[in-house]
Amino acid sequence: MKQFAYQRAAGARAAVEAFTASASPVMYLGGGTNLADLMRLGVAEPELLIDVSGLPHDQIEERPGGGVRIGAVARNSDTAAHPLIRQRYPVLSQALLDGASGQLRNMATVGGNLLQRTRCGYFQDVTKPCNKRRPGSGCPAIEGDNRDLAIFGYSEACVATHPSDMAVALAVLDAIVATEGPGGQRTISIPGLHRLPGADPTRDTVLQPGELIVAVELPPLPAAARSVYRKVRERASFSFAVVSVAAVLELDGTENRLIRDCRIALGGVAAAPWRATRAEAALRAAAATEENFAAAVGAELAEARPLRDNGYKVPLARNVLVRTLTDLAEAT
Amino acid sequence: MSSRAEGDTLTAPLETEITLTVNEQAERLIVDNRSTLLDVLRERLGWTGTKKGCDQGQCGACTILLDGRRVNSCLMFAVAQDGAQITTVEGLADGDRLHPLQAAFVERDAFQCGYCTPGQLCSAVGMLAEAAEGWPSAVTGDGGPDRGFGPEEIRERMSGNLCRCAAYPNIVAAIMDVAEDAKAAL
Repeated sequence: MKQFAYQRAAGARAAVEAFTASASPVMYLGGGTNLADLMRLGVAEPELLIDVSGLPHDQIEERPGGGVRIGAVARNSDTAAHPLIRQRYPVLSQALLDGASGQLRNMATVGGNLLQRTRCGYFQDVTKPCNKRRPGSGCPAIEGDNRDLAIFGYSEACVATHPSDMAVALAVLDAIVATEGPGGQRTISIPGLHRLPGADPTRDTVLQPGELIVAVELPPLPAAARSVYRKVRERASFSFAVVSVAAVLELDGTENRLIRDCRIALGGVAAAPWRATRAEAALRAAAATEENFAAAVGAELAEARPLRDNGYKVPLARNVLVRTLTDLAEAT
Repeated sequence: MSSRAEGDTLTAPLETEITLTVNEQAERLIVDNRSTLLDVLRERLGWTGTKKGCDQGQCGACTILLDGRRVNSCLMFAVAQDGAQITTVEGLADGDRLHPLQAAFVERDAFQCGYCTPGQLCSAVGMLAEAAEGWPSAVTGDGGPDRGFGPEEIRERMSGNLCRCAAYPNIVAAIMDVAEDAKAAL
């Protein structure tokens, strides 16, 4: 590992100022669960770490109007166990509990979880080319080992997926990220935080250099809405998603069981949580039946472009999605 | 990427003085910023009970209790843990009296080679405390631990600790014993 200097940030503003003032490559340190690994592998080589893990932005609190604000350094375990999250946003609690291990959840922060890097094997192996790690070096995954990689939204430059479960849940909650940056404060909605690779896969998000996530805001969900997270993986626990589904469903409360609101996101299929906007549009005001779910999901998955070895993700995503929506409708 | 020429020196210090309290002993020392908590515990402070397995957060052999919570010490920079209270496997027993989990592991023969055991023990101590606080898991979902605390629940909550000898059935049985004793004592 390369040598680095270390500073403990006194506050969010001070952290941003220290970041901006650094002439050397600099990164923020949260829980470190991904960054420590990347530094050991030589994938990340900061010469200064600004530790934000101890900032007082770890509260989870109710907001006027019924929303909830989660401080960016709240630990994943605290967020998953918090009564406000468990009662109002079960999809988020479930996504967090489906991710990583008990130990890692005690370390990992909400902000760091959003900013973790892809687990694409080529990205993590510095002996291999990778456009995300070394721009212009090429993407061996396109012709290589790509069974875990993207089926949506990729480019000729990069076919990586984003590994976060939590981000997929936040995508259906229309969560908003609050940041402190060199230019001041701003908010960014999720989806919208993570970017698809296009010609520049080096940037995973729309954050500017030095921009620090200070909180995640959850808008209120209607009382009648139900939410759920379902994850498919190759082990029973402690494994990244092959495919995952987050969904929010609200019915009109009549005998007709018409869908008032339906939000769907897929994980493990793209460089960002994949909001299934086609399926959502097809389901709005439709009856909550398995046939309608299957047709809408089919329209969404028709847009998938699987790679050589990950075609299995298409029927898998279709089946998990239809099952999840059908179960959710039955529970509503 | 750095534009710095090789051989240049960095201006900011690359070492930091920190205090760690390990098994109730305060230790003041200067660490290379790159040192993980695991390496500092083992190589600098002599607490070799904590083991290095994968060194990338996947096996759990390095699990310790940090301010009462279980964590992977291989993924933590020691410099970032200034002031922390740490318990390693050496700190679990009360003198010659084994911690109930240690006694249960012996009773149930919950190991073969023993390399993962310090991490299993520290993880189980942290896990039972989490469950006692009512933390949910992927198995209990919204129901909380009141829905029962069976083998499936323990396997899920202990999934961050691998055992290459696959002593899992006895590890789960040992933890079940202690969980049931704790419930009976309530």
